[in-house]
Amino acid sequence: MNDSFNPEPQSARLIDPRETYQPPPKLGTPWIFEDQIAANRRGTFLLMIVFSMFLVIIVWAVSYIYHQNAYMLAFVAAVVAFFTSFFSFYNSDKIVLSMSGAVEATKEEYPHLINTLEGLTLAAGMRGVPKAYIIFDSAPNAFATGRDPEHAAVAVTTGLLEKLNRYQLEGVLAHELSHVANRDILLSTVAAVMVGTIVLLSDWVLRSMWYGGGRRRRSDRDGGGAGAILLIIALIAVILSPIIAKLLQLALSRRREYLADAHAISLTRYPDGLAGALETIANDHEPLEVANKATAHLYIANPLQEYKGWLNSLFSTHPPIEERVARLRRM
Amino acid sequence: MPYIIALIVVIVIIILFAIATFNRLVGLRERVRNAWSQIDVQLKRRHDLIPNLVETVKGYAAHERQTLEAVIQARNAAMGAQTIQEHQQAENMLTSTLRSLFALSEAYPNLKANENFMMLQEELSGTEGKIAYARQHYNDVVNSYNATIKMFPANIIASSSGFTEEQYFQMEDGERSVPSVNFNR
Repeated sequence: MNDSFNPEPQSARLIDPRETYQPPPKLGTPWIFEDQIAANRRGTFLLMIVFSMFLVIIVWAVSYIYHQNAYMLAFVAAVVAFFTSFFSFYNSDKIVLSMSGAVEATKEEYPHLINTLEGLTLAAGMRGVPKAYIIFDSAPNAFATGRDPEHAAVAVTTGLLEKLNRYQLEGVLAHELSHVANRDILLSTVAAVMVGTIVLLSDWVLRSMWYGGGRRRRSDRDGGGAGAILLIIALIAVILSPIIAKLLQLALSRRREYLADAHAISLTRYPDGLAGALETIANDHEPLEVANKATAHLYIANPLQEYKGWLNSLFSTHPPIEERVARLRRM
Repeated sequence: MPYIIALIVVIVIIILFAIATFNRLVGLRERVRNAWSQIDVQLKRRHDLIPNLVETVKGYAAHERQTLEAVIQARNAAMGAQTIQEHQQAENMLTSTLRSLFALSEAYPNLKANENFMMLQEELSGTEGKIAYARQHYNDVVNSYNATIKMFPANIIASSSGFTEEQYFQMEDGERSVPSVNFNR
């Protein structure tokens, strides 16, 4: 038993402290996930198309630079991109979980975690309980992944279990469960895998151009204005790709966090739990070692070291914690 | 002639609307039933845990016959409950007898240290938590169903085809340790 939660009374979880029933708090958005689910499905589809096109363009650009058979290679890339999209739709959750070094939590070892998760699933009226995963890292953080509630997983760090009390943990799990219920996880997980691929690929291309390709390209150049323009476009595509990947993540991430916070409160009816959890997480300056640029947007709070500044806030995957807490306290 | 056509169109629209409303109400009522069955599963789980708990306590505090029997009795009454009203009363009774059982266990350090007892306690409080969650969901669903059948024009369909208000499921909580939260600020 390494169930190391803060000592709290061994009583049942008290959701509604009054004896009479209170209807859920009024949210800015309707208390129905359908619209969001549809939007997330569309978004995922769009993302797959954009990703495929991007891959094709990059491959074409690179093969143009190297005077290879550009159209042939671009076609191969299209096929590869199609299968990658397909594969990541079904397996991205496993990829992300193994990237983060998460292991499945058993009920024997973490009874409270599992019980709370199952309870919140009941409160949300969802079918199927997401699997619980543990990341052995002392930085408190959590994320959810999977393509639908039946194939979802919620991962929490051991630091989160140690540093939060029951109600705070409940708030965090409710937040993650809202991501599951409205299918944010589908879009963000597929995005994580694809952005990871793009960044990796463009990194590799840039590097190989820098060290290997430059001289060869200049020596057997066939010249011509059109060729030069295409070359410039190709270069721009390669340089821009990580930035575009980044912007893609941003579009996915920020507004969703507010929405998931609000939905979490309609499950727990206890804003102070999540607000306290976010503050604890914000005040903890330890970076999460298993997180990287591709998976950062999945987490409940930015796991990477943050540098303040307007440019950084423009590129931040998460809304500022102070703002999220302020919104929660107003509920 | 044009009047007849207009009349027919109006009647068809009304009928289609009535069908749509009826189906919506059926769907909502199904959700209520489904939400109730979620509570029921958890209540059964709670009832199943109790004999084990009583056996474990008996091993250390057999002479506390009165408390143990009260728990068993309350559990049997809860299992026999039919209506929501009965469930409410029986579960509240069970909660209070369990509370005195756990209060009693404070006097027996050996019992409190018993692995099985600790596991049952966590299991039971976990299940009570789940009952609370399921109850919240059920009440949410009942809330929206009741609101719908009272609203015009759905109330006409509802009253003519036997959709009646569903009851909320209220339960006393084991302990009042969470500060009350006001959402209407």
